[in-house]
Amino acid sequence: MELISPSDLAKEKVQTVQDYVLFCLQAVANVFRKPLYLVDMVQQADTIGVGSLPIVVLTGFFTGAVLALQASNTLERFGSITLVGQLVSTSMVRELGPVLTSLMVAGRNSSGMASELGSMVVTEQIDAMRALGTDPMKKLVTPRVVATVFMLFFLAIISDLVGLLGGLVVAKLLLKLDARQYWYNAWETLVFQDMFMGLIKPVIFGFIIATVGCFYGMNARGGTQGVGRATTQAMVAASVLILAMDLIVTRFLMATLSYH
Amino acid sequence: MSAPTLPLNSDLVAAKNDSAPAIIFEDVTLAFGDNEVLRGISFHLPRGETKAVFGVAGSGKSLILKLAMGLIRSDSGSITVLGEDITHMAEDELYELRRKIGMVFQESALFDSLTVRENVAYRLMEEHGVYDEEIDRRVREALRFVELEHTLDLNPSELSGGMRRRVAIARAIITQPELLLYDSPTGGLDPVTSNTIIELIMKQRDVYRTSALLVTHRLQDAFTMATHQFDRQTNRMVPLPSGTHCEAPLSFLILRDGKVIFDGDIDQLATTQDEYIREYIS
Repeated sequence: MELISPSDLAKEKVQTVQDYVLFCLQAVANVFRKPLYLVDMVQQADTIGVGSLPIVVLTGFFTGAVLALQASNTLERFGSITLVGQLVSTSMVRELGPVLTSLMVAGRNSSGMASELGSMVVTEQIDAMRALGTDPMKKLVTPRVVATVFMLFFLAIISDLVGLLGGLVVAKLLLKLDARQYWYNAWETLVFQDMFMGLIKPVIFGFIIATVGCFYGMNARGGTQGVGRATTQAMVAASVLILAMDLIVTRFLMATLSYH
Repeated sequence: MSAPTLPLNSDLVAAKNDSAPAIIFEDVTLAFGDNEVLRGISFHLPRGETKAVFGVAGSGKSLILKLAMGLIRSDSGSITVLGEDITHMAEDELYELRRKIGMVFQESALFDSLTVRENVAYRLMEEHGVYDEEIDRRVREALRFVELEHTLDLNPSELSGGMRRRVAIARAIITQPELLLYDSPTGGLDPVTSNTIIELIMKQRDVYRTSALLVTHRLQDAFTMATHQFDRQTNRMVPLPSGTHCEAPLSFLILRDGKVIFDGDIDQLATTQDEYIREYIS
């Protein structure tokens, strides 16, 4: 096996980051350039948004349910089991709804985009598209980025709501709590900062999912093996980036939105 | 001494008047890391001429096409296509120029998520402002040219290798480009199907007089093109009488170790004293 010098490896990584940043800038700039490919955006929104709905609903429901169950165990010790609604609500809206939805969509779509675009690269379909006078960045990448950002915003809202319902089912059936009280607590505890944090995150994560998936796809090399590698790398990179960015965004928003 | 030429049919489309060559490569070099693939490539492709590009695998034949299309950039030298210097041309300007050029890729490169109709109509659909009826008419016309009108609603995966190449040709010619680039159009095909493809290329050459670069590793393809002409009456290629040349000229470009070692017509090729070329064509 050939050994790579540390400096070459570092250069390669820096080059990749630089390429990714330029790729993102180009994808965003294309939103303001004609043609816009609205039909492709709607198609992608359907594939990414509607297609991911079942997995997002299931994930949200079970996360909310298990959160209520776990929280009840601790809260019961302090005689505050009625606060289950509050805990489920803030956890889902601020953190788990956006993050888990994004991780699920990343697993499904980031890898999907990488494999689809990667296959097009290795079979020269991207070159053919350029040869036919179409910019693949405009035709393939920008619609995916716009559609993912747009749909993930709504998927996160759906996930939050379904998570609260999952918590409600556990609170009512297993913890024997009053459903109205659960819902009242869950709703009343939410403040503007919670909602803002919960809604800004899916926009950022959606951008990461689409750009990482498309970036790895468009840079796939080495036949079917290269496509497979790009697919795996896209999913791993998107997931790690989402979690890392979650920490940064949370810290930033907590500092700027005057959280107490 | 040049051989007499055969006249083309009177209703053939007139050759392009533009006197500037379709392609000019001047001292073009290209390297991937330490591997210098093209080393000072220079040649001209006059309008209306077909140039067959030969060379062993890895000699950079396909790269010449990609450079001419602006899909990759050369390290040095200059490339002029249809009178425009594309060496440092911005990508957006290249998209405009590419609308005048058709390219047939090595493995067809049809969009596998689109039907044959959508593949062939792709360029027209992207142009917008072209009515559906007009698109349909031109798609049928292009598919009729390659004798595949019945495949309109099929997916590329349902076609044989030869049929895919023919659809790729239909996609490339639908806008009647001024220049056609063929990347190993007969590669991996059986001799009968290869002949069908060559017949189509010849038809495009003789009926529309389109300038073309034909990359191939099959010498017999180029010899067939040099010794035959497309007959519109029978819709088949017919051999030229011995000692005559088709009016649409055909020339040969042979690459070796990233350099051009031969650039000339069939008579010059037949009389060359270069040992390597003699061995190559024997």
